[in-house]
Parts: sequence; C-alpha cells; structure tokens
Amino acid sequence: MKKLDKELRVMLVDGLGGPMSRRGFIKRAGAAGLLLGASGFIAACGDKTTTTAAGGGTQEMSKELFFYNWSDYIDEDTLPNFETEFGTKVVYDNYSSNDTLLAKLQSGATGYDIIVPTDYMITTMLGLDLIQEIDLDNIPNVANLYPRFREAPFDPGNKYSIPWQWGTTGIGYNSAKVPDFKPSWEMLWDENYSGKITMMNEIRDVFAVALFRLGYSPNTRDTAQIEEAKQMLIEQKPLLKHYTSDTYIDELASEDSWLSHGWSGDVFQAQLENEAVMYAVPEEGSLTWVDSMCIPKDAPNKYTAEVFMNYICDPEVAAAISNYVYYASPNEKAEEFILPEILDDPQIYPPQEVMDKLMFLEELGADTELYNTAYQELRAS
Amino acid sequence: MTKPADTGMTEASAPVILGQNSGPLSRAISRLRGHSFAVANLLMAPTMLWLLLFLALPLGVILVYSFGSRGTYGDVIYGFAFDNYLRAFSPIWLPVILRSFLFAGIATALTLAMGYPLAYFIAIYGGRRKSIYLILVMVPFWTSYLIRTYSWIVILRSQGVVNTILQWANIIDNPLDLLNTPFSVILGLTYGFLPFMTLPLYASLEKLDKSLIEAAWDLGASRIWALLTVTIPLSIPGIIAGTLLVFIPAVGDFVTPDLLGGPDTLMIGNVIQQQFLSARDWAYGSALSFSLMAILLIGIFLYVRKVGTENLA
Repeated sequence: MKKLDKELRVMLVDGLGGPMSRRGFIKRAGAAGLLLGASGFIAACGDKTTTTAAGGGTQEMSKELFFYNWSDYIDEDTLPNFETEFGTKVVYDNYSSNDTLLAKLQSGATGYDIIVPTDYMITTMLGLDLIQEIDLDNIPNVANLYPRFREAPFDPGNKYSIPWQWGTTGIGYNSAKVPDFKPSWEMLWDENYSGKITMMNEIRDVFAVALFRLGYSPNTRDTAQIEEAKQMLIEQKPLLKHYTSDTYIDELASEDSWLSHGWSGDVFQAQLENEAVMYAVPEEGSLTWVDSMCIPKDAPNKYTAEVFMNYICDPEVAAAISNYVYYASPNEKAEEFILPEILDDPQIYPPQEVMDKLMFLEELGADTELYNTAYQELRAS
Repeated sequence: MTKPADTGMTEASAPVILGQNSGPLSRAISRLRGHSFAVANLLMAPTMLWLLLFLALPLGVILVYSFGSRGTYGDVIYGFAFDNYLRAFSPIWLPVILRSFLFAGIATALTLAMGYPLAYFIAIYGGRRKSIYLILVMVPFWTSYLIRTYSWIVILRSQGVVNTILQWANIIDNPLDLLNTPFSVILGLTYGFLPFMTLPLYASLEKLDKSLIEAAWDLGASRIWALLTVTIPLSIPGIIAGTLLVFIPAVGDFVTPDLLGGPDTLMIGNVIQQQFLSARDWAYGSALSFSLMAILLIGIFLYVRKVGTENLA
C-alpha cells in the first residue's frame, strides 16, 4: 500500500517537472526567497500560544507545535495521529538544505519548535548558540535507539538531538548502461561514461569522494591531502555532465545520467521510476549521515517539542516513517514493524562490513575554509 | 523626444494632460500644480520609504558584512579589512566573470533581435488586439521561473522532446547533448528575459510618432532606410531600457546556470550564492556582490553615456 502511495506521489510530482528530493526541489526557491520564507515565521510567531512561556518549564501541551522538516520526509499519518492523540495542532513547514535552514535561523527567523539538521550541522548550530539542550526525562523512548545513535560523535548522549532518519552517500547507477559496474569511487572517473556522470554540488561531499579514493579521511585538515584531492577532481571535471545535488534523481530515472554521486534515499526515488537504477556504497568507504530533531534556542513550545520527539521514538511511529520514505530508522525497536523489503535491503540497511567503513562528516570550524577555497578553485578551473 | 504623441494616446489621455475645459478635475490639477513640490514629495514618500527599508538598508548591511570576516562556524565577524575585496578580484574569478558577461551579452543580443520585431509588430500592426498580444507576452510570468526552467530540462534532455522528435524523423541517430552546455544556459537566459526586452521596446515604439515614418517615406526613404534612420533612433530609450533590464539580472543569474548548465558554465551568481549558502562565508559573498555591482555600475554609466542620456528622458 505505502509503496503504491509513494509511486503515485512520484508520478504526480514528476508531472511538475521532476521528483522531489528530500534535499531537492525547493533548494533554489529557498535560496532565492530567504526573505519571502521568513514571512512564514512572522506569522508563526504571532500565533504563539499562551500555555507555555519561552524557555519556561511548563509541563503542559501547547495548542500548536511548529515543526520545520526536510521536504518529503514523513509518513502521511504521522502528524494527524499525533494531533488526534495529543490535541496539539502541528504546523508543518519544509526546507531542502541545511544551508537554507541555517541561514533562516541565523537571520533571526525563529518561531519553530523542532528543526531537523544533519549531524555536522548540529555542531555548527551549537557553535552558533542556535539550539538548546533537551530534557531527556521527557523522552523515555530514546532507549529504543541503536547504541550508535545514542553515542554519535557529534552529540554523545543525545543532549541536543534525537535522530530522525539516516542514510548513506554512494553511487546511483544504471545497471543496464553500466554493465561493468563495481562498487568503487573509480567508476566516477571512468572515461567510457564521459558526459553521463554527475557529482553533487556540495563542497565537503565532493571532496569526501576524492579523499576516500585516495585513502584519506574525509575530515582531513591536511592541506597537501586536500590539494591532492582537488587535482583528482579537476581531472574528473571534463567527464562530468554537471554538479547537481537534486536533479540527478530525475536524470538517473530518465537515463540522462548513468553514474551519479548521491544520497541513498534520492537514488531509491529514481529506482521507483526506472528499475535499472541501483545504489551502491563504494568499498573505499563513504559518508553516512543522520538527520536529527533539535529544539531552537528560543522555541516557544519546548515541552511539547519533547513530547513530540518521544512520540517519534515510539517503535511503530518510527517504523511507519521508514516504511514511507524508504530511509533507515535509527530506532532499533522499530525493526519488527519495518517492512522486510526495507530491512533486508542492503542498500538501505548496509551489511556490517560496509557499516564499518562509514564515516560522519565533522564540522571543522575555521578549517572549513580550506575546503571552501579548494572547491572554488575546482569550480572556477 | 517627449512631445505628446498624436495618435492613439491622445483621445484617451487628453482630459488629463490638457487643462482646456474648466471641469472640476482640471481645476483640481491646476491647484495641485501650484504646490507641485510638496505634492511631489508626498507622492514620492511611500516609494522612498520602501526603497530605504528594502533596498538601502539591506545594501548597507551587506556593505558592513563585506568588511568583516568568516567566524569559526560561518557567522560574520565585524571588522574593517579589505581582504574580501582582494579575494574578490583574485584572478581565479576572471574567467567566471568574463563568462557571465559573455552569456548575458549574447542573451541580451538575442532578446533584442527577437524582441524588437515582436514589439514593432504589436505596436504598429497590433490594432485592437494589442492588449491580447501584450498579455500573451506576459503570460509566462504567471508561472514560476523555476518551473519554467525545469521544463527546459524536459525539452532538452537526451530523451526529451527535441531529441525524440529529431530521432523519430530520422534526422539524428544518437541524442544530441543539448542540456548542461553553454547553449542551454544562453537559451534559458534568452527565454527567461525576453519579456523584459519586449515590454520597454513596445512602450517606446507605441508612442512613436508614426507620421515621422510616413514623412520619411514621402521624402523618398526606402522602408529599410526609414527603419534605420527614423524608427530605430526614435526607439533608443526602449532599447536602452530593455538591454539594461535583461543584461543586469542575466549577469547575476544563478538559477539558470545551476539547472541548465554543465561543469563549465559556472557564472558569478553561482559563486556568490555558494558563499552565502554552502561555504557560509557571508563576508566574502558580500564583497563579491559589491564588486559585481561596482563593475556593472561603471559599465552602465559608460553605456548610457555613449548611447545618449538625453534619449532616456
């Protein structure tokens, strides 16, 4: 049923010019319209309910909860069920890149109770003092999570974040057009597929590919290693169709791209439209990421946000989300409710030997500049 | 160049511009004229306030940012240093800036080449269907620019409309690489900005005194010669307005090269966008924006001076 729903949705959305990505379509709209978007917050702020004071310890449910999440990233029933159970109306808004989310928070646009940044972005937001500590007493269901998400390097002990969904970065490929595919980053440098290869338009992600291929850490601060990676990426440039973080879903589906560097769930969306599309995590190692719920510093309804987080950590609720969006759940107890086709899919739940080679991107603080500069030189070359 | 037009416009606008009859409206107008300075200020106030709040103030903020630097987590540290400007004029961006000007220039020339005949046709031969034609020119604006640009992907991609038709007609065997090329970016810019060229050209041609063209013909000028020596010089204000309205946003556009471009079509707008979003170096992005604005302002100044400021009046 759910799968059918999703296919229908993809078809409908495709009619508008391409499938939506969790991190996709409105990215540019968001970038172009930061100001416009901010108006939504003003409205949100005006509606603040009186039951909880900002930052106060009120243990009372508010009338409304302002939830800001990635687009296309929730089961259709999750919010209605929560509303029925708790009598709180959820005001749900979407974004499609961490950068948009951060820019909005930084520009002072607040009023949201829950946001869902990605791992490294949590470090950034903590550094910028944009999120606040969570009261885990209100979230007993956090015990349902896998240990590795309870002790994640960016937030050990879930002091600031409760994981939502996780996935990997890898290669989406067309198994019919690329019969000699092997799970290696080398494929993205294969001259036989010149013009049919896409790379993401993400600074750190692009460098991670070259760094993994060279056997270095994707979080290196070594300028010589970054320079070596840059040269490798410059060599790759003539083979590329373009750099894109969203349209590759559509391009994989329409066979305009045969080899795309991309996020797991995005490739699965292309798979729904074109059965020849497959996903692999290269054996040199790759990135893993987890999007986690956080509470902004001046969230009006902190307690309600924590109740909502607890609700999401309920095994059945968590499973329903995975069953709908086809990403892996950080919830261990949810396994028994997740569709076998998802749980047994090595593309979604990778085997242990792959898991061992997955790394998180780390926020490098001032050294981020090394990557920014190198990426500019790559793109301008 | 501003004498009142003698055809078309006259009947509609006569009661307002001429104070011949002594109706209450014209009396009110002449009374207003007495206080023209105060009235002008009053009329300007909302716009000035708007411009101050939403143009001058944000520009001021960006100017302040541009002298700062990037904090550890991508925040702006205020200061007073020219480092960002030195980086903005670093040689690595030269090819990117030249490419932006080249693409925008070609797109401007193409919109002029297509927009002029179109505006001329509507203004001179539109007759009573003028407003329908004008609405047709503006219809694309009813759809988001993003959606319209996405639809070019559907048209140009390898299994897209163009390639499918060409292959079906046996004109080509393998799909052409139309998308993600300089061609597709220039096409996208041209398509997107065509109305910005057509409308000012139309406004200019529509108020053109047609009897001057007839006089040129009567005096023995060929059609082409009359076009070159009478019509086009008289429509220079429209040409200037149109080229500026197309060229300036096209130089800084980032959506079109992002969606339709390839690895080698990076434009300066993309670079600036990248600084504000993924690189999170707002100070550098601000300096790049100001540098681009400075270059454009100097260019516009020289251009308008060359073509003749008095024509803009």
